[in-house]
Amino acid sequence: MSGDILGSLAAALAGGSIKVVDLTHTLSPDFPVIVMPPELGQSAPFRMERISRYDAGGPAWYWNNLSFGEHTGTHFDAPVHWYTGRNLPLNSVDTLPPADMVAPACVIDCTQQTSKDADFLLTVANVTAWEEEYGRIPARSWVLLRTNWSKKSGAAYANLQSDGAHTPGPDAEVMRFLVEERGIIGFGTETIGTDAGQAGHFSPPYPAHHYLHGAGRYGLQCLTNLDQLPATGALILAAPLKIQNGSGSPLRVLALVQERSTG
Amino acid sequence: MTEPLAKPNRKNPLSRTNQPLLPPSARSRKAHGLTLAACVGRFMLQCCGECGRYTYPVREACPNCLSSNLRFMDAATGGTLISETQIEASGDPYYRGHMPWRTGLVRLDCGPSAVVHLHGECGGPGSSLRLSLQLDRAGQAVFFAHPISETPNMEDDPQWRELTADPKDRRVLITDGRSLVAVALARALGKAGAARIFVGVADGWKPFDERQALEAIEGVELVDLDLTSERSVQELAMDIGARVEILVNTADHVRPAHLFEAGAANSAREAMDHTVMGLMRLAQAFGPVMRSRGADGAAGAVAWVNVLSVHGLSSMPQFGVHSAAHAACQSLSQWLRSELRQGGVRVINAFTGPLDTEWFQTVPPPKVAPRMLADAVVDGLRRGLEDIYVGDVARDIEARLFDNPKAVEREAGQ
Repeated sequence: MSGDILGSLAAALAGGSIKVVDLTHTLSPDFPVIVMPPELGQSAPFRMERISRYDAGGPAWYWNNLSFGEHTGTHFDAPVHWYTGRNLPLNSVDTLPPADMVAPACVIDCTQQTSKDADFLLTVANVTAWEEEYGRIPARSWVLLRTNWSKKSGAAYANLQSDGAHTPGPDAEVMRFLVEERGIIGFGTETIGTDAGQAGHFSPPYPAHHYLHGAGRYGLQCLTNLDQLPATGALILAAPLKIQNGSGSPLRVLALVQERSTG
Repeated sequence: MTEPLAKPNRKNPLSRTNQPLLPPSARSRKAHGLTLAACVGRFMLQCCGECGRYTYPVREACPNCLSSNLRFMDAATGGTLISETQIEASGDPYYRGHMPWRTGLVRLDCGPSAVVHLHGECGGPGSSLRLSLQLDRAGQAVFFAHPISETPNMEDDPQWRELTADPKDRRVLITDGRSLVAVALARALGKAGAARIFVGVADGWKPFDERQALEAIEGVELVDLDLTSERSVQELAMDIGARVEILVNTADHVRPAHLFEAGAANSAREAMDHTVMGLMRLAQAFGPVMRSRGADGAAGAVAWVNVLSVHGLSSMPQFGVHSAAHAACQSLSQWLRSELRQGGVRVINAFTGPLDTEWFQTVPPPKVAPRMLADAVVDGLRRGLEDIYVGDVARDIEARLFDNPKAVEREAGQ
């Protein structure tokens, strides 16, 4: 039976009835990274230095050395990233169960609200309204917050003001709800973090990190192309780099999307 | 009156760019006593510790009493012109390109006579002059005679301009616009007549308060430049590398860290990446093109200024990472100097004491105001210096290092 499923999948992929959507931004030196107060430790931005390009350093080959923080570009947060998940088993990217790297997704479209309000917060009411239309969020599925934030770039994307970043995210209650009452596998956003720009002022601070990682769940951020996903039914492939004791990593996030049947 | 410098014409793209040539540079080791003085803008000659007479040319023993106790001492800068010559032809390739060239024989007020380069406004034989030691394009000390009183446009004298790095009509790149000294520097360089002032800004997506102040300065153009990114530095050099005649590197990255603290390695790496590797990336991208343009007309490439911490010369334990980074920058700047000298482009290090900025809040005064640093840099360019010490702390450390470097080390941070 399983052979049939994979065979059918391969045929559907080849035939185009299932398409692969890349939810990943290009890793480049210009992509904004999270900013901490300058006296605190900072995430290294993505950097690339040439080893050789068919030159004296290597006559026939081109390659580079890379450096970046674990939380750079489109990236994955493992439970050990937050203090609430520090004592859990299998809490780092190297011990992450491979089965968790493939999971379905529910996409909640909040673009109406976020086009007017950079500080829009997803609430339990928004989620229950979504469920009325699309059904209850299944356990072990990703919830992806669609805000169109990925269509912004540079200063508008980071949206840093004198009182910090202003980007949308979830409020504290909806994170507790999604984790405890819906049993989601993780929460993904288009912004720099899973939390809202002002989430340091929430109770608890950074509720997405607090609740997700405290329950051994995951985060995905800096996603793009969420507008190409259906509200339900997409399958997410998110396999972070296998970094020993790693708290997260940049990764390629793919979604399998079945074309709407016309017949 | 000196002919005022005409705004440089755009280059004829069909003409070969003048290749930089250097004046004769052979000197004895002793003669570098003059180099030391010229680098910091002092006028020093050998003085006999026995009979007290000044002597020149540089010697091993006093010609008056044969004592070997000759030390370089500050000397009176006055002199009287004995005779002068306008050289119309020379066998030296460098001078051939600068004919005619005015030289003279001067009786120095402190005793000896010397052959000097003469400013165009100096009077004839018998006139009084003021002398200075200058670094020529080869980086070697030469005497230059100025008229006693100021004359109109005297800074535009072509011979003087060969010995200095005046920002007038030159285009400048300030590498880190987020540095708190960038606004002051841009203003000072604009006031000094810089034709254009490019100011590099990293992470354009991060707002910063000084952006408006920089944009308001006439001639300033903000450009993307992130010294921690090889690509960013290379791309800017591809755009404007051939349009930068003076580069002022303001890169710094001051963060508190203790040597034994976890995470100090990260602070050190970040500081090194911004400062040392930043300077290296700049050197790789802008060094070759600036060196090749050292003789590119009246406003060719002329100087590379590094704003460095004086604590790079002797560590300040509270800012150990900062000190170590700037020590490495100082070493790298010497390497860069030897490379750029081949193109007649001078590397100036402006050593400053703690700046009056947020990162040195805990340091007691005296501190260096950004404007003081900016004025010192412009002054150093105009006078053609190589080492500038800005503020009381830097000058004090300079003097004490000369006297007893071990005492400076022991007393640091006490």
